[in-house]
Amino acid sequence: MESFISIKNVSFSYGKAAVIDNISLEIEKGKFTALLGHNGCGKSTMAKLFNALLLPDEGTVSVDGIIPETEDDIYEIRRKVGLVLQNPDNQLVATIVEEDVAFGCENLGINPKEIRERVDNVLKAVNMYEYRKHAPHKLSGGQKQRVAIAGIIAMKPECIVLDEPTAMLDPEGRKEVTDTVRFLNKEYGITAVLITHYMDEAVLADKVIVMDKGKILTQGTPDEVFSQAELLKKHSLDIPQSAQLVHMLRKNGIKTDTLPLKPDECIDLIKKYIKTSEQ
Amino acid sequence: MIRDITLGQFFPGTSLIHRTDPRVKIVLVTAYIIFLFVTGNFVSLGFMLAVVLFGVVMTGIPVKMYFKGMKPVIMILLFTSVLNIFYGKGEAVWQWHFLKITWNGISNAAFVSVRIIALILISCILTYTTSPTDLTDALERLMKPLKVFHIKVHEIAMMMTIALRFIPTLLEETEKITNAQKSRGADMENGSLMKRLKAMIPVLVPLFVSSFNRAYELAVAMECRCYRGGNGRTRMKVLKIGITDIGIIIFSVFVLIGVIICNLMFSEMIVK
Repeated sequence: MESFISIKNVSFSYGKAAVIDNISLEIEKGKFTALLGHNGCGKSTMAKLFNALLLPDEGTVSVDGIIPETEDDIYEIRRKVGLVLQNPDNQLVATIVEEDVAFGCENLGINPKEIRERVDNVLKAVNMYEYRKHAPHKLSGGQKQRVAIAGIIAMKPECIVLDEPTAMLDPEGRKEVTDTVRFLNKEYGITAVLITHYMDEAVLADKVIVMDKGKILTQGTPDEVFSQAELLKKHSLDIPQSAQLVHMLRKNGIKTDTLPLKPDECIDLIKKYIKTSEQ
Repeated sequence: MIRDITLGQFFPGTSLIHRTDPRVKIVLVTAYIIFLFVTGNFVSLGFMLAVVLFGVVMTGIPVKMYFKGMKPVIMILLFTSVLNIFYGKGEAVWQWHFLKITWNGISNAAFVSVRIIALILISCILTYTTSPTDLTDALERLMKPLKVFHIKVHEIAMMMTIALRFIPTLLEETEKITNAQKSRGADMENGSLMKRLKAMIPVLVPLFVSSFNRAYELAVAMECRCYRGGNGRTRMKVLKIGITDIGIIIFSVFVLIGVIICNLMFSEMIVK
């Protein structure tokens, strides 16, 4: 698999303590990657390294083959990697939704006609077209965050990094945002990196990377990662509730062959088990 | 209650005035205001008031909204009128000790009041029919020649946009912090003025801190979206002077010529 962002032996610190401690990882092109970890484990710093908001103290971050050295490299990287931040209130610039979505494109110097087209398209893609004339402060958290995503997508980046976009949202808003990210990844083939501490969001990804104290704890497909219940628990990280349930059942002698990560899979598995044990 | 403050409130619409180029609107409103202050007699002032009332009707925005816009200045209006009534020269119509009302005073008061009302109405028309973004956009373009004097026109416009964007957010935040402090027993409504002012400090400090955090985050978000200042930036909305704009300009020029003629013809009626 082709890697889009490639991080080699990167360390970073704000002052004394290392926030990122000699990490190497690859973000694969066109895939949906989830970066999991506790608060303060360095995952937000990681996000800022991805689009050259921060430059590593040691090691290299290369985005689509570009290693940021000059101002122009940095600019090029930010065109390729869009970053959506946690607080939706603090990343909307304009007083009208469509103006805000246009902001990034305007910075890129795209001609007005094309901006108009892109803005209309992305607003439809994130399902916010009917709100295009609204003021951002009148929208709900989930809606604001979708506008922020639209603003990034309008710039046509190849990769979108979302730094805990759901942390300040209610369950409804969280679902809206994760659905949007999944949709963009599947339909438009945009490489997506979702940074989160919600396990059930990580389950949706193609690949999960778990970070702890500036290091990578484990990585792999959701199945691989969440079957290591003991390791995750030792670092006081949760696993998705359905996986946890099955782990507990296994401990009590009930044998299951698969590890369900989503609630409906779990229901199917338990139904199947009950049926076989009845016979 | 704090959110009731209307600050350049915009009412979307499709009237002719809504569709007029914001630059044209700003220039014409400025010209109108200058004329309003140069005008010295009732005939031309009445004419100008008629024009602005015509404009009010044209916008199609409920008259109620204009009254609302007038509310904050009612006190000023009353104050100046009362002062004017008592400060008139000439023969007294009514006198009580040192207070006297003269016809001259009454006419002065009426004149000043009408002038202020017209002033408020014309600014309301501008802010009610033009979105804040259009306004700052137009200002940016109108101020472009100032670049010669190394004035950072784009940066100023950007700051205005951001300020407008964050006013409601910060108001909301103020309300939240006020409630938080109240729930811990802070008393903001009672006591002397000094005491109430002091009670504001626990609201202002967190508001300040959070504003700086917001500013930092916003700067990061803008950088993420490749913001590099005004150079090489395009705009989605292109302002263009159309036929309706030219029509409005011609109409306004006639109005202003009319005002000048009125001023010259009725110069003996000038209110002093």
